[in-house]
Amino acid sequence: MSPDTLNAPAPERQAETAAVEFTVNGRPVAVRAGPFTRLTTVLRDHLGLTGTKVGCDAGDCGACTVRLDGRQVCACLVPLAQAAGCHVVTVEGLAEEGRLSALQRSFHLHGAAQCGICTPGMLMAASDLLARVAEPTAAEVEDALGGVLCRCTGYRKIVEAVVAAPSLPQEGNGAAEADEAPSVGRRLPRADGLAKLTGAERFGADAAPAEALWLRAVRSPHASARFEIGDLAPLHAKWPGLVRVLTAADVPGENSYGIYPHLKDQPVFAEGFARYRGEAVLALVGDRETVEAIPAAEIPIAWQPAEPVTGCAAAKAPDAPQLHGFAEGNELIRGYVEKGTPADVFADPAAAGAATVAEGTWRTGFVEHAYIEPEAGYAERVGQRLEVWGCTQAPYMDRDEVARVVGLAPEAVRIRPSACGGGFGGKLDVSIQPLLAVAAWVLERPVRGVYSRNESMAATTKRHPSEIAAKAAADAEGRLLALDFEGDFNTGAYASWGPTVAGRVPVHASGPYHLPNVRVLSRALYTNEPPAGAFRGFGVPQAAIAHECLMDDLAERLGRDPLAFRLANAIRPGQSTATGQVLEHSAGLAQCLEILQPRWRALRAAAEDFNAARRGRTRRGVGVGCMWYGIGNTALANPSDMRVVLDREGGLTLYNGAVDIGQGSATVMLQICADALGLPVSAFRQVVGDTDLTPDAGKTSASRQTFVSGKAAELAGLDLRGQILRLANAGPDAVLRLAGGTLEVVEGGRARSLALERLEQPLEGHGRFDPPTTPLDAKGQGSPYATYGFAAQLAELEVDLELGTVALHRIVAAHDLGRAVNPLLVEGQIEGGIAQGIGLALMEEYLPGRTENLHDYLIPSAGDVPEIEIHLVEDAEPLGPYGAKGIGEPALVPTAPAIFGAIRHATGVVVRQAPCLPHRLRALLKEAGHG
Amino acid sequence: MGVYLRPASLAEALDALASGSLTPLAGGTDLYPAQANLAAWNQAPDLDLLDISALPELRGVAEREDRWRLGALTIWSELLEAGLPDWFEGLRLAAREVGGRQIQNRGTLAGNLCNASPAADGVPALLALDAEVELASRAGSRRLPLAEFLLGNRRTARRPDELLVAIEIPKPAAPARATFLKLGARRYLVISIVMVAATLEVADGRVTAARVAVGSCSAVARRLPALEAALRGRPCDASLAEAVTADHLAELSPIDDARATAGYRSEAAVTLVRRALETLAAPGLERAA
Repeated sequence: MSPDTLNAPAPERQAETAAVEFTVNGRPVAVRAGPFTRLTTVLRDHLGLTGTKVGCDAGDCGACTVRLDGRQVCACLVPLAQAAGCHVVTVEGLAEEGRLSALQRSFHLHGAAQCGICTPGMLMAASDLLARVAEPTAAEVEDALGGVLCRCTGYRKIVEAVVAAPSLPQEGNGAAEADEAPSVGRRLPRADGLAKLTGAERFGADAAPAEALWLRAVRSPHASARFEIGDLAPLHAKWPGLVRVLTAADVPGENSYGIYPHLKDQPVFAEGFARYRGEAVLALVGDRETVEAIPAAEIPIAWQPAEPVTGCAAAKAPDAPQLHGFAEGNELIRGYVEKGTPADVFADPAAAGAATVAEGTWRTGFVEHAYIEPEAGYAERVGQRLEVWGCTQAPYMDRDEVARVVGLAPEAVRIRPSACGGGFGGKLDVSIQPLLAVAAWVLERPVRGVYSRNESMAATTKRHPSEIAAKAAADAEGRLLALDFEGDFNTGAYASWGPTVAGRVPVHASGPYHLPNVRVLSRALYTNEPPAGAFRGFGVPQAAIAHECLMDDLAERLGRDPLAFRLANAIRPGQSTATGQVLEHSAGLAQCLEILQPRWRALRAAAEDFNAARRGRTRRGVGVGCMWYGIGNTALANPSDMRVVLDREGGLTLYNGAVDIGQGSATVMLQICADALGLPVSAFRQVVGDTDLTPDAGKTSASRQTFVSGKAAELAGLDLRGQILRLANAGPDAVLRLAGGTLEVVEGGRARSLALERLEQPLEGHGRFDPPTTPLDAKGQGSPYATYGFAAQLAELEVDLELGTVALHRIVAAHDLGRAVNPLLVEGQIEGGIAQGIGLALMEEYLPGRTENLHDYLIPSAGDVPEIEIHLVEDAEPLGPYGAKGIGEPALVPTAPAIFGAIRHATGVVVRQAPCLPHRLRALLKEAGHG
Repeated sequence: MGVYLRPASLAEALDALASGSLTPLAGGTDLYPAQANLAAWNQAPDLDLLDISALPELRGVAEREDRWRLGALTIWSELLEAGLPDWFEGLRLAAREVGGRQIQNRGTLAGNLCNASPAADGVPALLALDAEVELASRAGSRRLPLAEFLLGNRRTARRPDELLVAIEIPKPAAPARATFLKLGARRYLVISIVMVAATLEVADGRVTAARVAVGSCSAVARRLPALEAALRGRPCDASLAEAVTADHLAELSPIDDARATAGYRSEAAVTLVRRALETLAAPGLERAA
């Protein structure tokens, strides 16, 4: 057939190069490209308008929403040919003459943008609505935004922002808040927020050198297979645009990576054997058209599929194939905690004083991070150094991994983090970086790559599936006596963060309660499934489903109120954890439950009244879930370094290595450092995450940045302040002013200018914090974390007995986070965590080969997150900056248990498998006698 | 890359279809996702495409004496905005459940039929409207009842030289009321587990004709003739729902998949059929009808 052309049937064939004319943001444009080219590609690559994002290329996520002749559409589904003569408006067209629209300002002020990757799509969908409905209701907003997925915010602040936009005051984008002191405790809009609203923010796929080659990985379609790569010469002969095919043999350094130094078990390119569907076996590097066009049938790979090991039971089977030579029985690692004499209690519960013992088993599946930004970036050789740009949660770890596979010293690699369009743990491992790095190094050309949605889902890490068996005992007075817990965690084909999960679960499996006797064994098992790694909570959300169900079981058996039972057993300062660590401060579960108690009583009573008054097809229920979460690494060093510089021109810069993946650390670090230094946030510039420019602040994980890096930022600010005060010979209460390049120190009504230009070198404040922990002994005893976050959440819902569906009405959340440095951002974390908890509870289940896209794999949409009420408990942590701990992961953990507790309250059935899909709940309801 | 034709008249389009195998393209809401799924495994085919979006003959919603004619390029949003009579309510409810607004603004009703997914949101409601499709080719045009057009999962009676040019919907003989229910695991952007559409024609308080269709429970959404027969002549009240038995849905053949089990689908279909009939029998609908 003829080449790709935009034409009418002969004889009026248009010239092959006929340009398609249309307008973009009011400007006429003419684009020459294939007529089936997606409008996303046209906007981004031909017109340079990268504000329109690509999340799925399938109309599933709405990140690419633009307005086409006024109507919101997914640009990924519009062929260029059909744009002819149309008016296209993109996010870049929302601001007029550099002034943000009311909608954009409303997003900023309401904290509606977190990572920002869905924001352009949300804004365009909302602008379509506002053009039709002057003052929309929340329900109308949800309808209009239902086609755009957000993984960060939980949607509530987005809906609020759109509803508020029409009545927003004419001026103001919250900048004045940044002038205010003290800053800690203020609802400061994101310091990095404006670029997320205009399309100016650069994510991994939004920038690369013009001459960059494109890399495309070719991946195993089999979960387990031997393979041989044949003669590549014919492929090169047929495809002149193919510059190189890279395989394991081309890796200049070690063809392996992994989180733990002794577990570098994952190859950049598989060598002769693929261990999961989605594993990279080679990479095509060349011009973009070529690497995207080469069909699988032409790539000479001979596959010999083998029977895969699927699931924990198969991995443990005596005759199971062993995935890795070093892991007998496919066991990667065990975690263990033992306290007291749990075996004695369960051997003879009555003798030990137990009035009742509850036990059960629970299962959860793979959960996909589903950040809306698939992995993307580029690598470039700069002399004998290598630079990698892209989205990440862990620049320094990426640096070391890249250096290892390329065979360079770590200092020879520079990681330049792009804006990160969501992470949630999934961007803690390297993914595309080693591929790009090897290619750029070997070819001595810049090389870029962008994962497709399906590729991202098939290739990258997941939440560990779990199989848990546990029992718990309590005495007649409702005091917890003992817990025994065994959990298998399916870590997939490679270790990734499996050891972290296996280590964190035993510490947390008791729940946030005081228990004298505990035994917890966890195992991470290899299977031929996607590598399971870090995902918001590292196994704790799975464990919480079990321990919270046990709490409900025990309360029921003892005839006690589920919340009161938890409150009576809540761990408090002075009590010891399952690892024997005595909590000295900031253990606020009891406060959380006390705050919730009036709401709990009212909602429970209302639900029971509803159920008593009706014999209809629905039942209402209210459940409670509790959690605790150790902040930072488990019993490992976990330092963060921060540097703040006041230069001779009066420029003040925070060199902040803590990458902001949407949660807001780029704002929080400034607030903390500003207060410590005594200058307003508005006085600062900031450099974030660049391994050549910023000290190592550690990874953005484990809810550690506010606590650990925040403390380092505080210390850096105090260090700089101390130097300034010494230079000025001023006392500790002096006030600083920085304006027009001049620093004034004001004390006792007298102002003194410091001649910064005469300093020999800039003033530098340094801060370092490594939270105090101790290693765990053979029985898991020790102090693995310096502090813990606590929370309790209530879920109110209605179950359709006939269909097994669940309609959430409300989540009420109480979180002890020590101190809310920025309540606006904290609420965003809580709402976003709850949304992910809803997904875990009710809809998310990744099945390799079956749900590798965002229409078969469901994450909550704008209509799936109910009203959320938030109560913040600020039980200050003395070690933390201004008392702060962490919130990122605690937000998610209690939600699924609260939902399952509410289902139980409504119907009497006990949910033991997540997600509780309608057919599963219906089966439970039938077993329980509901028709 | 393959051929891409975007003719400006139906005659040109039919000429092109007669001369070679081309895949019609309208809103692209099914074609692009299918390409994306395959491209991830380096298996996306080169498509030879006939872009029908510029054909004026395929546009518009028109009322005729005995029927409504929906041009094949009618998108879901246009259907919602077209001011159609109340008895289109089932189809309108379905339109609101197709993807998100972005899909409703691009996807066409005709494309939904031609893609022939077992979970096509528009099919049950159109079956319950007794819709027909008009297929045109250089040899002329023919009309097929929708149930005869849809042959199986991703299979239709459209010949390669034919284009679906319009959907025609006969006006009901008696005042009619219609509804649609979609069951999925999330609120928006969801592929259904079960869908039910129902239209009742009611005269003097009695059902004179009933059309009930179930989607996502067989390779092609199906009408339930046994149930329809059982409903005819009954008073239009709460007893309609009680008349529904599992036997009425025996011809469905649901499967197990990632969304639900076959057994659940069978049961949920009965529940939804009953609820649809309850909705249609509810007091207050008389006026609307």
